[in-house]
Amino acid sequence: MNNDAAPVIRIRDLSFSYQRNPVIHHLNFDISRRDFVGLIGSNGAGKTTLLKMIVGLLKPTEGELELFGQPIGKFADWHKIGYVPQKNALNPLFPATVREVVMSGLYGKRKLYKRLTGADRQRCDDALEALHIADLADRRIGQLSGGQQQRAFLARALVNNPELLILDEPTVGIDTETQHAFFSMLRHLHAHHDITFLMVSHDVDLMRSYLGENPVMTSGKLKFYVKAMDNTATCRETDITHALKDWPGEQAPLPAYS
Amino acid sequence: MLEIFSFPFFQRALIGGVLIGGIAPLLGIFLVLRRLSMIGDTIAHISVAGVALGFLAGIYEVWAGLLFALLGAFAIERLRGTYKTYAELSIAILMSLGLALTSFFFTLGQGFNMDVTNYFFGYIYSLNNRDILGILAVSIIVIALIGFHAKEYFLLTFDEDAASVSGLPVKRLNFMMTVLTALVIAVAIKIVGALLVSALLTIPVACSLLVAGSFRRTLIWAIVFSEIAVLGGLIAAGLLSLAPGASIVLLLILILVMLLVWKKGFRAA
Repeated sequence: MNNDAAPVIRIRDLSFSYQRNPVIHHLNFDISRRDFVGLIGSNGAGKTTLLKMIVGLLKPTEGELELFGQPIGKFADWHKIGYVPQKNALNPLFPATVREVVMSGLYGKRKLYKRLTGADRQRCDDALEALHIADLADRRIGQLSGGQQQRAFLARALVNNPELLILDEPTVGIDTETQHAFFSMLRHLHAHHDITFLMVSHDVDLMRSYLGENPVMTSGKLKFYVKAMDNTATCRETDITHALKDWPGEQAPLPAYS
Repeated sequence: MLEIFSFPFFQRALIGGVLIGGIAPLLGIFLVLRRLSMIGDTIAHISVAGVALGFLAGIYEVWAGLLFALLGAFAIERLRGTYKTYAELSIAILMSLGLALTSFFFTLGQGFNMDVTNYFFGYIYSLNNRDILGILAVSIIVIALIGFHAKEYFLLTFDEDAASVSGLPVKRLNFMMTVLTALVIAVAIKIVGALLVSALLTIPVACSLLVAGSFRRTLIWAIVFSEIAVLGGLIAAGLLSLAPGASIVLLLILILVMLLVWKKGFRAA
């Protein structure tokens, strides 16, 4: 049963052990609608493990995990989740164009055996335009710079109009200027759209500079930085690709949190 | 000289070759891009053991080969899970098992007029109508399932985590790919042989990776290169009395070398 008032992610007494080595120990945490959560931890802190449990790739050893009010085991609305992987997980020689990669964001949502429609192709074009990479659509993904690749993966995640965007170390291997542009885009989305963010990073300084000095919660080696957005505020756009249309570009100052 | 085209055995060879030439790279592209190029070789070696057992037990050898190919494919998947960080170890173990079983069964069957070279190097001229029907059935299954799931397999191959997160039935798709690979190998063994079957799965893809930019074009070019080699190799073999399986694979290698030289020249220019 779906419950709109429920937290986007609800974690209760969650534990995970690899064989007998505990990685996550009785974690309790809620992520509310329109939160921007930065999850920080050094190598081995368990951030990737937690992320894998949230996206259903690992089963918790103990505890409860709910997505949009549904237990993870019964959750079926995966189209509500957009996922941006680590850039270094990409095989640079993979023969796929930017357009093919972005279009693949629609494949999970679609029922098996259904063909893509003209509307799907239009959504893909809109996402490419919104992320300012339309001119790169026919280039191989491996030929793009790190920042351009991250935009392509963000476009793939957004093309489905997700309610929760999960980003796994999205700024690894990207220079500071490009990181700023990437965050500027995310902050613009956060300010203008009804979307919740969970970003995993090992870069404490980076998270502090965007989400505030102090973590809201610490559990073991994991630190949670949170910027909440007023849930009652009217979201100006219902379609994410449209929400990015008035993004002033990477040179603009970051939109302020009110 | 051209009368060879009027012989039914050669016509059956052309039909079987064209069908396998189309479906092998269709599967091969997903295997190569997932770094499973050697899986075809391994399943083929196990399948030959099944063929040998089929002869011994008096069962249609293609079915016996198919059964062993399926068992081998699942054993590889299982061992890959056990030796996660040494994925290639499962391939080495199963290849050894396949060769050992083949040797064992062929030795047992020495009095049964079993010719080992036919199954290691292929003998496309021996295709009968039942073989052609089997290849046709497998081709229809492969084209239908891969055609329907091409988008899903693209995402699974490009980014397995993203495929899981987007709700794709990853385990079911992987299982289906394993079954299809075993099917194709089982019917392809008679055409190019166990030692050469992975050439049809991988070399056309290696060629197309040199010329195509998108996934779609890589797939199309892989099939084009494969069919050129199958038709060219078979016709050359028929006209010049050469070994057909070897001719197909050597032509594929020739295409690959020409493309590599062309790419190098292209870059130098």
